Amino acid sequence: MDGGSMEDAMVGGGYTDEPHVLAVDDNLIDRKLVERLLKNSSCKVTTAENGLRALEYLGLGDEKRTALEDNVSKVNLIITDYCMPGMTGYELLKKIKESSSLKEIPVVIMSSENIPTRINKCLEEGAQMFMLKPLKQSDVAKLRCNLMNCRS
Amino acid sequence: MDVLSQLQRQLADFLASLYREGFVDDQFTQLQKLQDESSPDFVMEVVSLFFEDCEKLVNNMAKVLEQQVVDFKQVDSHVHQLKGSSSSIGAARIRNVCIAFKTFCEAQNREGCLRCLQQVNHEHAQLKANLQSLFTLERQIVAAGGTVPAMQ
Repeated sequence: MDGGSMEDAMVGGGYTDEPHVLAVDDNLIDRKLVERLLKNSSCKVTTAENGLRALEYLGLGDEKRTALEDNVSKVNLIITDYCMPGMTGYELLKKIKESSSLKEIPVVIMSSENIPTRINKCLEEGAQMFMLKPLKQSDVAKLRCNLMNCRS
Repeated sequence: MDVLSQLQRQLADFLASLYREGFVDDQFTQLQKLQDESSPDFVMEVVSLFFEDCEKLVNNMAKVLEQQVVDFKQVDSHVHQLKGSSSSIGAARIRNVCIAFKTFCEAQNREGCLRCLQQVNHEHAQLKANLQSLFTLERQIVAAGGTVPAMQ
């Protein structure tokens, strides 16, 4: 996984001009795509290939590592695929919302399937948004605007 | 018409035919929009990853389908991956085969699955050849001093 470890420059007194997004997807192509989409929207991106890796990065894994708090304080948004082997996006969402240190971080769920019960379940569990794949640039722009408190 | 204009005309016509014949759809356009100076080979990279992934999935599915007792859940999960990837890059024909493929998995129909697998192979080969021609044309245009416009 790659992750920015440089300090964000404070530009114009703005809160995170370059929000740090953790993108979770088991599909390599989708990871590459979401990374590109997010980078094009001026986001710093860290990708993870499954829920466990994501939780480890966020400091909830079994292994304790140094600089965990650095990772947590720097992640402004988590975007995750729903259908993943092992831990689903929904299960990951639950773990995040159950954690006192992580529950404030907005979580967006993506899925290739438009299933209302699935969508409602995620929103009820605290997901900020549900997005249909494949994602387009306009979806990510909308996402950024909604979640990063940008005023247009 | 000079060489460059001819090549550009060829590219436009060729691209139009790919859309018209359903090889690619709007998501491919989205992919091209993601390519810029900071990631000039983005489309080619993603497409190459897709073809590698497709080949791997097809080989895995063939193995599973050869077994005495077929684990259709496994086949289905591979089809799900392929459907996702093909949808993400705009490989419309392959995605459509996956939709049919999924129903055969659910019906536990080995013959139907094998037919779909053959179709995937066929479409994979065709798309690969088509996109290689596309990339060659683009390279020729750049070599002749032109730039490659994004598809409208």
